[in-house]
Order: sequence, then C-alpha cells, then structure tokens
Amino acid sequence: MSRIKHFNLPDLGEGLVEGEIIKWLVQVGDEIELNQPIVEVETAKAAVEIPAKWGGKVVQIHYPEGTTVEVGNPIISIDTDPAAGEAPEPSAASLAAVEVAPAEGSVEPGLIGGPAPKANAVLVGYGPKTPSAKRRPRKTDGAPAAAAAPVAPVVPAPAPPVEPPAPAPGAGRSDQVALAKPPVRKLAKDLGVDLGTLVGSGPQGSITRDDVLAAQNGGAAPVAAPSVAAVPAGAREQRIPVKGVRKLTAENMVASAFTAPHVTVFLTVDMTRTMQAIDRLRVLPDWREVRISPLLLLAKAVLLAAKRHPMVNSTWAGDEIIVKDYVNLGIAAATERGLIVPNIKDADRLSLRGLADALTALVQTAKSGKTPPADMSGGTLTITNVGVFGVDAGTPILPPGESAIIAFGAVREMPWVHEGQIQIRQVTQLAMSFDHRIIDGELGAKYLRDVGAFLSDPEATLLAWT
Amino acid sequence: MAKGGSPPDGELVQLLTPEGERIESVTGSDGTVYRADFTDEEYRGLYRDLVIVRKLDAEATALQRQGELGIWASLLGQEAAQVGSGRALRSQDMAFPTYREHGVLYCRGIDPIMPLGLFRGVDQGGWDPNEFKFNMYTIVIGAQTLHATGYAMGVTMDGKTGTDDGEAVIAYFGDGATSQGDVNEAFIWAGVFNAPLVFFCQNNQYAISEPLERQTRIPLYRRAGGFGFPGIRVDGNDVLASYAVTRAALDHARLGQGPTLIEAYTYRMGAHTTNDDPTRYRIASEVEAWQAKDPIKRVRAFLEREQVADAAFFAEVDEQAKRESLHLRERVLEMPDPSPMTLFDNVYPNGSPLVDQERERFGQYLASFEGSAH
Repeated sequence: MSRIKHFNLPDLGEGLVEGEIIKWLVQVGDEIELNQPIVEVETAKAAVEIPAKWGGKVVQIHYPEGTTVEVGNPIISIDTDPAAGEAPEPSAASLAAVEVAPAEGSVEPGLIGGPAPKANAVLVGYGPKTPSAKRRPRKTDGAPAAAAAPVAPVVPAPAPPVEPPAPAPGAGRSDQVALAKPPVRKLAKDLGVDLGTLVGSGPQGSITRDDVLAAQNGGAAPVAAPSVAAVPAGAREQRIPVKGVRKLTAENMVASAFTAPHVTVFLTVDMTRTMQAIDRLRVLPDWREVRISPLLLLAKAVLLAAKRHPMVNSTWAGDEIIVKDYVNLGIAAATERGLIVPNIKDADRLSLRGLADALTALVQTAKSGKTPPADMSGGTLTITNVGVFGVDAGTPILPPGESAIIAFGAVREMPWVHEGQIQIRQVTQLAMSFDHRIIDGELGAKYLRDVGAFLSDPEATLLAWT
Repeated sequence: MAKGGSPPDGELVQLLTPEGERIESVTGSDGTVYRADFTDEEYRGLYRDLVIVRKLDAEATALQRQGELGIWASLLGQEAAQVGSGRALRSQDMAFPTYREHGVLYCRGIDPIMPLGLFRGVDQGGWDPNEFKFNMYTIVIGAQTLHATGYAMGVTMDGKTGTDDGEAVIAYFGDGATSQGDVNEAFIWAGVFNAPLVFFCQNNQYAISEPLERQTRIPLYRRAGGFGFPGIRVDGNDVLASYAVTRAALDHARLGQGPTLIEAYTYRMGAHTTNDDPTRYRIASEVEAWQAKDPIKRVRAFLEREQVADAAFFAEVDEQAKRESLHLRERVLEMPDPSPMTLFDNVYPNGSPLVDQERERFGQYLASFEGSAH
C-alpha cells in the first residue's frame, strides 16, 4: 500500500455532485494530524470544513481556492509516513493505482456485483456523477482490482447509443457481471441470450429489455418498433407522433436556433397616433370594406424601415451575405395545424391598401388551412404578432435563412409621459431578434428605433422618409 | 453548596450551575424534590460518559466529512441531557430514541459502532431493541412517541407497573417534533390511558433552521397541562438535574402514576445534520452565549472545585476518549458490505413460512449467477 494517499472530494450531503474549494487551511509541506481541518468546501447545501482523513505530510494540493471540483476527484495528497524519507512524487499513474481511500482495507465480496473497492460501493462517499467512483468497477482478469476501478470505465457514457450494437457471439464477451434488472435477466435467461455479450443502452450502461430482444432477433432495428408499441398506453401520458407542421416547425426552430446566433432588442412605443390614424383611415370611403389593424401599420413600418436599413433583409450564405432589394414579408400565424409563416411576396412594392388586402387574404387562407406551400417559402423578413395572445414581448427565433424577426406585443392603455404629463396612452412593446453574424447591435437598434418612430408618429415619419 | 429552592415559573430545574456550583435540591411546583447525590466515583463516571460521548460524536462527524458516512446528526451540546436521562433509566425501562440519541445509546451499553453502520448504509442499525431496551433510531420526526405510547400502554396491560420495580418507558424527541400530529396524539393517548411514559423533549432551540418561536407561544413543558399530565423544564446542559428530573419522572411512571413531559432546555451546538449549515440562520453571538453553558465544562469545574478528580484523571479520560474514537474509526472503515441474504433476517420474531420460502428462492436466484456472467 502506498504511503501517498489521495483524498477524493466526498459527497458531503446526500447526492451532491460538486463542491467549491473556499479555503485551504494547510499548505504543501505541512505536517498534519488525523482529523485536522484541512479545507473549507462550500456545496449547494453548506459550507463545511473537511478534517484530514490521515495524518502525515501534505505533498500535493490538487485545486486552488475558488475551484469547483466534482465529487470523487482527488483534492489533496498526503504522505502518511513522512519520517520514512523521500516519497515518490504523486503522478497520474499513482493516482490511478492508489484509487480511493486505501485505508479501508480489504472488503469481503457480498453484493451481486462481486468485490467492489469500498469507496465505489454502498451509499456513502462519492456522489452520483463521478466517472470512476460511481460505476460498477470492471476489472480484467489478472489485473489488480485496485488498478482497474478508476482507470478505464468500460461502461458507455450515460447518453445511450442510438442503436444497441449488435452482439458479436463468441467475441467481446465481458467476464464481468452485466448490469441488468432482474426481470431483464430473467428474459435473457428465458430467451437464451448471454448478457455478457451485450452492451447496454440503459442508464449507467445497464442492459434493457430492448437490448435483450434486439440481441435475440440478431439485430437492432426490427425489434425496436414492436417493443415501443408494447409500452402500455398509460392514461396519464399521451403520445403524439411528431409529423406535419409540428415536425417542420421543430426542424426549422432547431436549425435556426443552433446556427444563427440570436440577439433580441426591445423597444416600448407609444402608438396612440397610429391608433388614431387607423381610426381616421377607417372612415375614408375607399377603406370602408377594408380590415385595418395595428398589424397592418406595423407591417408598413417594418417595410419602410427595411428600405432605410437593407442589411436587415438579408441572408447569411456562409461565405457571402445576400442582401435583397425585395421584401417577402412573413406573418407568423397560429392555425389549427400549428404555426405557419406564409409571406406576402414583394410586400415592399404594395400600397398600404394593397398590403391590407394581402394581409387579410393571407390570414384568411391560413386560418382555413389552405395556405399553399409556395406562400410559405421565400420569406425574407418576418413579423410575429404575439400581442394577439395577450402578451407584451417575446424573444422570437428566426425563420431559417432570414436575419430579422419582429415580435409585436399587445397594445395596452398605459400611463405614459406625453408632452410633459402623465397620460393614458396606447403603448406596445416591440422585440426584434436578429442574426448577429449579419446585424450588429447598432444596426439592430437603429432599425427597431425606426420602426418605433413610425408607430409613434406615422404622418411625420412618412413625410420625412418618402 | 448553594441552598435549594423552587424554580420560578418557566425557569429551569438546575442542580449544577454553568460555573460548576452545586445546588443541593430543587422543589418542583407539585412538591417533588429533585436532588442528585452521587458518590465521587459516580460523578467521575458521569464526566467520563460526557467526554467519551462527545468525542465519539465528533469522530462520526469527521467520518462523514471524509466520505465514510452518508450523513450524521451530531449531539454536540446535548450530551448532558442524554447522559443524564440515559443514566437515569433502569435496566427494565424501555427507550424510544430519535436519530440523535447517541449518548443515550451509549448509556444503554450498545456498541457505538451500531448507528454508524446505519448511517454508512450497510445495515439497519444493528442492535436488538429487546436486548438493550432501546428501540431502533426513528428518522420520521415524532413517530416514535406513538410507538412508545403503545408500548407503555402494553406495559400497563401486562401489569408491570405499580411497584418500585415497575417498568417505565421514555420517548425522546425534539422541540420541532412538538408541532407534529404524532406527538400530540401520543400526548393525548398517554394522558388518557395513564401510560407509564416519560416524554423527554430535548429543546435544542431549532427545528433544523426554524427557531423555537416558530414552534410555540408558551414554554413547551407547559403544553403538558392541556393534555392532563405534569410538565417540567430542566436545564438540559446540567447532567445532574437531567438525571434527577428524569429519574423522578420514571419513578412516577413505574408506580403507575402516568406520564410526564420533561423539557430539557439545551442547545444544538453543531448543525442539524452534516447536510446543514447553521451559520445561515443563526448568529454567532447566540452560539457563544451557549458555549458558556457547556455541559462538560461545568462538571469539570465542579470536580476540580470539590477535588473529586485530579489532572491525571482528566488526562486519562481524554486518552480513553481518543483511543475509543480511533478504534471506532478503524472499525467503521472495515465494516463489510451486507449480504443480500440478511434482507430476510428480523422480519418476524419467530420466523414465517412465507419469508423462509422467499429466502430460499432468493438464495437460489443468487446462486444461479455463480460461475456465469448473469
């Protein structure tokens, strides 16, 4: 047994996975006694002093103060017999060989898993997440048990493989006891499947029913389906196949969220004048039959502001940025089938009246579920009207290929400072997410500010911009 | 030695002041005279108990910090309440502990390694409650008071009360447990059925992090009045008073005169358990104030003042405590993992055909893995 003993950070409180080294109370070279406080460690539950597990001389401190250490990692090494002269420097090899807490001595085999180094067993000591200390040790024949445990965890990482590897009869059979629950063991026995030949896909590499069934059928794929169907249809869970709009939405959101770095900026706007403008428009003879909504005016603002800042209407194409001089304005619409984003082609060329008609048609078509696929592709800039659901703002995810999306919050009567006085005004929140690869914060802010300026004072802005 | 007297309402029965001054006797409001007259050897024995119990407890706390125990509930500061009441028990008396009664366990003659096996997760506690007249540690707060009440009612039904040699039962619990339904139900049943039971509440001022004022509007011992039996408050850091008050209450019970609630007024110097950080909810000055009332220091001061013990004695006790704690450590580190077959032990007192059958099948099941990788 080595003189140098390595003290691993224990689980100080039933299921903790890490602790922060607050303060070392000893230094390398210090002679220390058993149970002398050596370090203050703070966990999620408490800040505690850890007493030395062995007396001797401190030969190595593995982590500086302020470090967060995973449970099970060595934090201090102690020469337990410094009087005997120079001790070998602790090395990676000695760390591995000494494993944990050698003071426990030999342990009788008892558990089903066979002999286990003490610190790897039972409830105490080293928490649930440590790579070496938690998993059931697997030793190769002839190798000392002490060396085997922490060095090479054969068990695959917790993330299960997509498909259980096909068994290779006669080859790759582990001599170790495989992890499997008793019903799975029974199934394997009944089917004549040797658990030792399988690689488990369950937690901690345990072998599941599916693994056994797959092995029995000589392959992985075919058995997966029936075994899934065999899951009892519990009344407390519902299983919805992922397809159609849901599947498309999911793919688009994931594709966008994990490729375009999103930034969202917010602006609160007094749009009382816009609301007044809508009221005035409604009484014009030509507009009697037309549906005029705040969304229409926002769409106009988005289009006009895009003319002033063309880069927001662009696409990241890897080695180049495609800036478009047309706007296909997408409108996110909630339908019975789910979220769809049809767009109005060349919306920037439409008059306000034309835009109103297109918007009405788009919404009606979407609600009836008859939006043709062509209407849903080729969008360049998108509005999502979250205000219709009664919320004020969101951080929308970009439709793939677009570089900006504007969320339109609910228009509310709010106290607002207007011309030096607190008045009740109609206020909304705008949020714009943009692709930070293309749009810097300054451009994003300027663009959203222009959209807000239009809503604050549409008449003056129109005169100034056009 | 100071004169005796009656404790004013709400104050403690105290026979040894924090400065180590003996008070000859205290007369309770019902006329009971509390006194503790020990031989010199017995005084020294109480001191030895206190020191060893504290040292073993500290060793267990250290072992938890070193990853050798899953959790530990330290008794630090409560040694006098536990040793005093534990030594007051007679061999026929039955005790129902919480999970913190390591001092009482020690006084019952149980190997102190036993609870460490429980908190190491390698056994269920290990001692035979009937042999030692000390029930298993109860983790569920207050549940043991009902067990104790039922047991005590059984003692009455067996006709084992009413004489000087009668049996009595003691139930330990804390201040937080007094808010539990179980404890209040136990009070009612014990009161109504005149059970030979001593409710020994160690009021250590905190229910984990909740202070006493979140448990009660009146001193806890006065709760007993509402349930129809006497209550008394004792200085729980005074081993002599804890002994005297418990002894009197046990005798009261064994003579068939019913239950008593003892509130041992003390302080938990350490954390609730090793998972707890008391600095988050109590101030250092409060802890310091209680350090001045330390249960061991006052006994030592008394022994020195009365020249009952000399420096060699104190050194010898310290040496013994150190030796026993090291021995405890070595044995903890060597504790074997349990055999799965022990699952079936102690399920029924006289065995059961069903359990026998299950044991046999499980044995066959385990044997089926031998020589195979299954």
